[in-house]
Formats: sequence, structure tokens, C-alpha cells
Amino acid sequence: MTMLEQTQGLHEDATDLGGRGSVSDYIALLKPRVMSLVVFTAAVGLVMAPGNQHPVLSFISILCIAIGGGASGALNMWWDADIDAVMSRTKKRPIPAGKITRQEAFAFGMVLSFGSVLTLGLVANWMAAGLLAFTIFFYVVIYTMWLKRSTPQNIVIGGAAGALPPMVGWAAVTGDVTLVSIALFMITFTWTPPHFWALALVKNGDYQAAGVPMLPVVAGETATRHQIVLYSLLLLPVGMAPYFLGFASVFYGVGSAILGLVFLGYAIRVWRVREGDAAKKTAMSLFKFSLFYLMLIFAGLLAENMIGLV
Amino acid sequence: MSKQKAVLSEEQAKTRRGRSVALAVTLGVLVAMFYVITIVKLGPGIMDRPL
Repeated sequence: MTMLEQTQGLHEDATDLGGRGSVSDYIALLKPRVMSLVVFTAAVGLVMAPGNQHPVLSFISILCIAIGGGASGALNMWWDADIDAVMSRTKKRPIPAGKITRQEAFAFGMVLSFGSVLTLGLVANWMAAGLLAFTIFFYVVIYTMWLKRSTPQNIVIGGAAGALPPMVGWAAVTGDVTLVSIALFMITFTWTPPHFWALALVKNGDYQAAGVPMLPVVAGETATRHQIVLYSLLLLPVGMAPYFLGFASVFYGVGSAILGLVFLGYAIRVWRVREGDAAKKTAMSLFKFSLFYLMLIFAGLLAENMIGLV
Repeated sequence: MSKQKAVLSEEQAKTRRGRSVALAVTLGVLVAMFYVITIVKLGPGIMDRPL
């Protein structure tokens, strides 16, 4: 759908006054499951950062990052309502389900975006607030409005938005961007393509029906499997980077190497099993393990920092 | 011009009440949050500033 059609859609909706959404529908607009990942990775960045921040201010900073992440989810649903209505995974979201109008989602997302950025600026510093604003802008404008419908590299570049929260958390304490926070960013950034392409292999039909140029739709499933293995190979050293850079112990180094190798093992299985239900099952296993991988990597960094191993 | 009032169904009234309560709670939390931020950022010195 072009920008013009999107705008016309908004005008057509204008006759619908809305007001049907319940509180839980508005919470669903914030994509709570994505939000939990944002909160977790941002908290790790914040805890690892050198310097002292009052715990109350740290808590409110995390809250702002969470709300900012949720706001970008609401704006994503505002723009992508047409795609969401077609795909089985998303057709029960509040807008396609007719519970919330697009204008309501847009207003909700914009208010929360400005509110969270301004509050983070006042509570922490304007570098962190700027990074949060950039995260929202990147996810909504660069990924949702532009890349998602135009290139199979959509989630590679767009993955930057999901990878930024630990950098925002770090900046909330220190007010700067360093090699360490960039390394934290790189972990999620490199992890995103194999994670999403595994899901895209399972939901290929959905993406095809919605006209979203995901890699399996445009380049085919075989090319996607090659790319998954390639990125999983890359993720192995990137996941170990905190150890190489000296801000994680040898325990983390060994743990992240094992996790990276298991990740690669799942990816190779996806590469080898290409037919029928077994292929979908292996892709789904990789998708599930990838979530586990990211959680353990960040939990490891958090635990080391909290017990003072580093 | 006659003034017509929209009549809400029971379901609509219920969701609106829910939204109103959520908004009230959010506003209350925001007031408390900004009060705490002020105290934490300015500390006890907030009372010593010249008028």
C-alpha cells in the first residue's frame, strides 16, 4: 500500500468514532512480549554501565524505555493494519479485530512516544532520550513504513531498532555511547536475522499473502537457509565479544561459545531438513531456541555484573 | 437544532469505565512519579533555595 492509500485509509476511518477498545486492547497495542525483551536488554545495559544512578531514577528510566518500545509497537500496528488483517499470526490484533481504530492507535502511540522521550530526558539525560527517540523513529519510519514493504533486507536493517535498548539503558547512566554498549547492540543486531527468518520459513504463506517481501518470499527458502547459517556463524564470535573486550569473565566466554555452537547446530539442521512438516518443525525449533539464546546471553552478563565477577 | 445524546450499550459503558479508571490511575502514577523525581534529583536542598 502506498503512502497516499494509507492516508486515504485514515480519512475513511474518520467516520468511525471508535471508543470500543478495552484497557487490555490498549495494552495489546504495546506488544507486551516484545516489550519484555526490550525491558530485559535495556536493564542489562543499565546495570552494566559504570557510574552511579539513583535506583528510583534507574527504574523510571527502564519504564520510559519500555513505554517508548511499546509506543513504537502501537505505531507499527497503526501503519501495518492492512498487513495484520491478512496474516494468521496478527489478524486478532486490536485494529484488524475492530476493537481500536487506526486514529486511536496513532494518537496513543504518539502521546506515549513523546511522553517517554521527554521523561527520559528529564530523569536521565538527553543522550539517552535522543537514542530512545531514534529507536522509535527507526522502528516506525525506517523499518515499518519503508523497509518492511520494499526489501528482503527489511529485518536485517530494521533489526537495529530492536538492538538499541541496551545502548539506551547504558546511556541513561553514562550519557555516552561506548564500545561496550555497541557490542551489546551488535549481539541483538546479529541475532535478529536468523531469529526472524526461522519464523518466516514457518509463516512463508502468510507473508506471501500479505505481500511482504521477506527473504523466503523473494529469494526462496534455500537462499534463506544459507543466510540463516551465515548469520549464525557470525553470531558465534559476536556473542562472545563481551569476553574478548574484557567486560565479561571466562565463564561467560565459555557459556556464550557453547550457546553459539548450539545455535549454529540448530541453524545447520534447518539448512539440512528442507521438505515437509519436518522442515517447518526444525525452523520453529531454531526460532524458539533463538529466544532462549538471547535471554541466556543477557542474563549471563547481568548475573556476572551483579555478583561482581567482572 | 435538537440535541441528540448518544446512548451507550452496556458493553460500551463498561469499556469506557475501564478506560476512565486506567486513565485516572495513570495520571495519579505520573503525579507521584514526578514528585519522587523532583525529590530525588534536587534532594533535601529543595527547601533551602532562596525565594
